[in-house]
Amino acid sequence: MSAYHVLSYWDIVAASVFLLLNAVLSILLNLGLTRTLIVSALRMTVQLILVGLVLKLIFFAGSLLWTVLAAAVMGVFAGREIWVRQDRRLKGFWGPGLGAGAMLISGALVTLYGLAGQIRPDPVWQPQYALPLFGMILGNTMTGVSLGLDTLHTALAKGKSEVEAQLLLGRTRWEATRPFARQALRSGFTPIINAMAATGIVSLPGMMTGQILSGVDPQEAVKYQLLIMFLLGGATGLGVLGATFGSIWRLTDPRHRLRLDRLSGGTS
Amino acid sequence: MLIIDELKTSLIGPIDLTLEVGSCTAISGPSGAGKSLFLRAIVDLDENSGTIKLNGRDRNTFPAPDWRRNVSYVPAESGWWSERVEDHFRPTSDLVELLAAVGLEEASGWEVSRLSTGERQRLALVRALQLDPEVLLLDEPTSALDPPSVAKVELLLKERIATGCAILLVTHDPEQPVRLKASCFHMAGGKLREHDLHEAAS
Repeated sequence: MSAYHVLSYWDIVAASVFLLLNAVLSILLNLGLTRTLIVSALRMTVQLILVGLVLKLIFFAGSLLWTVLAAAVMGVFAGREIWVRQDRRLKGFWGPGLGAGAMLISGALVTLYGLAGQIRPDPVWQPQYALPLFGMILGNTMTGVSLGLDTLHTALAKGKSEVEAQLLLGRTRWEATRPFARQALRSGFTPIINAMAATGIVSLPGMMTGQILSGVDPQEAVKYQLLIMFLLGGATGLGVLGATFGSIWRLTDPRHRLRLDRLSGGTS
Repeated sequence: MLIIDELKTSLIGPIDLTLEVGSCTAISGPSGAGKSLFLRAIVDLDENSGTIKLNGRDRNTFPAPDWRRNVSYVPAESGWWSERVEDHFRPTSDLVELLAAVGLEEASGWEVSRLSTGERQRLALVRALQLDPEVLLLDEPTSALDPPSVAKVELLLKERIATGCAILLVTHDPEQPVRLKASCFHMAGGKLREHDLHEAAS
């Protein structure tokens, strides 16, 4: 295996040539994309440089407290993202709480399992392993949970008469909402299923590419990637299931009524 | 049989009403008076307070699904959760007979999206009758039907009354309570009051 080639900052600048070319073309063709293109490129640059610094500090400090704190910050941002991405949200504490809770519980559980069971760094919370893994798991679970909840809430708000028709025939709240639960679960699972199906044929996963570029044997990189994908799939599944059924539980009550009054957004 | 005492929601009530075995009761009143909300409250579909007893047994001792099988409500606008009509019916032995009684023997092979409003109304009634409820709450059950279909549905309802079912229906047709020998009530502003049939007819 060849040794790891260290990039200089000039290499990075040189790599941005084509992006700048796109910006120039956009000006010439009057596409109006220049601004957003430049702004997002700059934003990405600043964010990544900062994250690199922060991660380096945390790795260097090697303290459990800082690692947990960094994980908590990631969780808060991801939780907020779930909340923002829903058109109709649960009212009150449940709005941000349920989605974030489902994501954090399943994400933390699966991350700890992966760390303690398979990757086994010493100590187990070593930030160099824990944070990237938690980040990947959180990102995927976040996407799944927000899609699932958004689908569920929209469908329930539109399908009031369908749910109540079933309740009126003596079905339980779980039976009456089953078609909607199925819809929500399918939409929450779709990204991870698509990712698994396309991986390796259409695209080489970013993490695996990174490992190969940094000199790791491709077969070893594949093993790591598989491990990650299984963990991602597991965490996403648990998160979406928890959030969907949690939300159905909240949007119905023990007398098997549909409680759309606990949902915000334009009531139809 | 069904005794409603001080039934109240945030919008209607308090309402007292007693339905006897094998009786028919009709409620009329302007739109927005709370007639549908009253029926919804009886089947516990909206939050409400007050007591309701079926044959002496309190509603709260029934799990809600059991209650709704015994006291069945057919709303004016029925809900359909599957594309095919047959998915909405349980395969009970009386299904063919019930569909024939409302003039829709062929309907189980149809698609819901192609049903007319009147067909939906009759099929929703059949769906509820399959449960063999002791009390039937009907919200304008014949509003979208032609006169022959109205006659068929009323015949079916009379048969049920004869076998002991108590029916409470909301109707805007002043003749319907007469044909069903119903005692009449009037609802306005969320309150229910007894209605003298002779007075209304004159």
